Amino acid sequence: MIAVDLPYWAQSLLRVLGGTVAVLLPAGTIVYLFLFKMMSFMQSRLGPMEAGPYGSMQLFAEVGKWLQKEDIQPENADKRIFKIAPLIVLVSTFLLVAVVPFGPDAYFTDFEAGIFYALAVSSVSVLGILIAGWSSANKYSLLGGLRAAGQLIAYELPMVLAVIGVVIQAGTMNLNQIVEQQNAGSMFGWDGLGNPYILTQFVGFLVFMIAVQAELTQAPFDMPIAESELVSGYMTEYSGFRFLIFFIAEFATVGVFSLIASVLFLGGWGIPFSWFGWESNNDVDDWMNIVGPLIMITKMLGLSFLIMWVRFSYPRLREDQLQRFAWKVLIPVSLINIMFTAILKVAF
Amino acid sequence: MSAVVLATDDIYVAQNIGFGIIAAVMIVGALKVVTSKNVVHAALSLVLVLAGAAAQYLLLAAEFVAVTQVLVYVGAVMVLFLFGVMLTRAKLGHEADLNNRNHLLGVPVALVMLGVIVWVLIDGFEDTRLPQGDQASPISIQAVSDSIFKPYLLPFWALSFVLLAAVIGAIVLARKD
Repeated sequence: MIAVDLPYWAQSLLRVLGGTVAVLLPAGTIVYLFLFKMMSFMQSRLGPMEAGPYGSMQLFAEVGKWLQKEDIQPENADKRIFKIAPLIVLVSTFLLVAVVPFGPDAYFTDFEAGIFYALAVSSVSVLGILIAGWSSANKYSLLGGLRAAGQLIAYELPMVLAVIGVVIQAGTMNLNQIVEQQNAGSMFGWDGLGNPYILTQFVGFLVFMIAVQAELTQAPFDMPIAESELVSGYMTEYSGFRFLIFFIAEFATVGVFSLIASVLFLGGWGIPFSWFGWESNNDVDDWMNIVGPLIMITKMLGLSFLIMWVRFSYPRLREDQLQRFAWKVLIPVSLINIMFTAILKVAF
Repeated sequence: MSAVVLATDDIYVAQNIGFGIIAAVMIVGALKVVTSKNVVHAALSLVLVLAGAAAQYLLLAAEFVAVTQVLVYVGAVMVLFLFGVMLTRAKLGHEADLNNRNHLLGVPVALVMLGVIVWVLIDGFEDTRLPQGDQASPISIQAVSDSIFKPYLLPFWALSFVLLAAVIGAIVLARKD
């Protein structure tokens, strides 16, 4: 649809650049807007105010500080694995953003198994966390790594099961087609709003967001880095640049998961197609490739606001409460959701 | 057939170069799994081999199988494996007696497995080639599910029951009360 024809290497270069922006921009925005400012306001303080107008340059100051710190490794650590571990976590985030569609033609890849791929690569980060905890040669780190692994395994299941409801309703795993299904759909013949799945799959949305909260190890599910028990969990021994990588990966993953949740439940980059008389993704006008990413970023900010709001509001669960909640509440609820979705899908 | 010969086959140049590189990484990884003096290093090399297998599936245009490989083996099996190892006996540094008493028995078993797999592959596919150029497209998920759930539905169910029994058995064994 777009008139310019780029050679393959230029397309690849653009994709890599776009992916880097799509990972780093949300991470920076979330850290400044929510972690620095919103948390401060909720606790009746101002947050960073000195660097730049309203403290907006604080992030650059922080990154500069981290970059010039000494690269410390514990004496007994398994040095090579200690160095690789944060990179595995970050790579998992970069792989994750590769399937997110930002517009009718503005996507990195058009994987047919899009959402399945996203769920698969998001589980790779567990490996990085586990070996980070192990290679630090520190019992707190190891405990944190093991807690993280137990938690991420437990909460990956409800996440997959919640997504299955959406996949059944959309009849496809391709994220761009899930967007199309929602925006071209109608509710009881009225197509003014399309058919965002947050309405029909509300249970799935709730389960998905709770599971995402736990996957991201944000409070109330932050036992792996519980600072009052484990110092800082698997990140205890990391400092300087390597800590920065963990930090970026954490908040970039918040952004990417919000993007994926907005595609699955909120209609993604689209606006209801009936507004402009479009029928499918093929009729969508080219300007949506510019507006689409903006819509996506808005929805992403809304959802990460939710995640951060919960993070700042609730106290930490206990380890046994966490496991019980996943296995005895979330998984049965999402299984029932799948059953009802399947029955209704066949009935209508 | 060396990598050089494969690369000069003018039809699949890019695929063959990719295959050669990934295969070399997988072979090195597989050797490290059995020679490494540290359990966790061995497990991580195994991750490399399994991820390499996923990459090979991608080269064969089987994206669903590749993603499943990552989800099941890298994301679940290896994590559980490392989890178990770290809970029990993961020492840092080298360990002396990692080799089992019967470890040489593994060599003939591995050779027999290799023979069986090579024979099955050659017998099953003979000289079928991947579609090229305009006909080339990833194998669709529907095709995968059709080929599992149509001719092999009954074995699939039987397998599910075996797995269910195994899960229940695990719970019964692990529960104290």
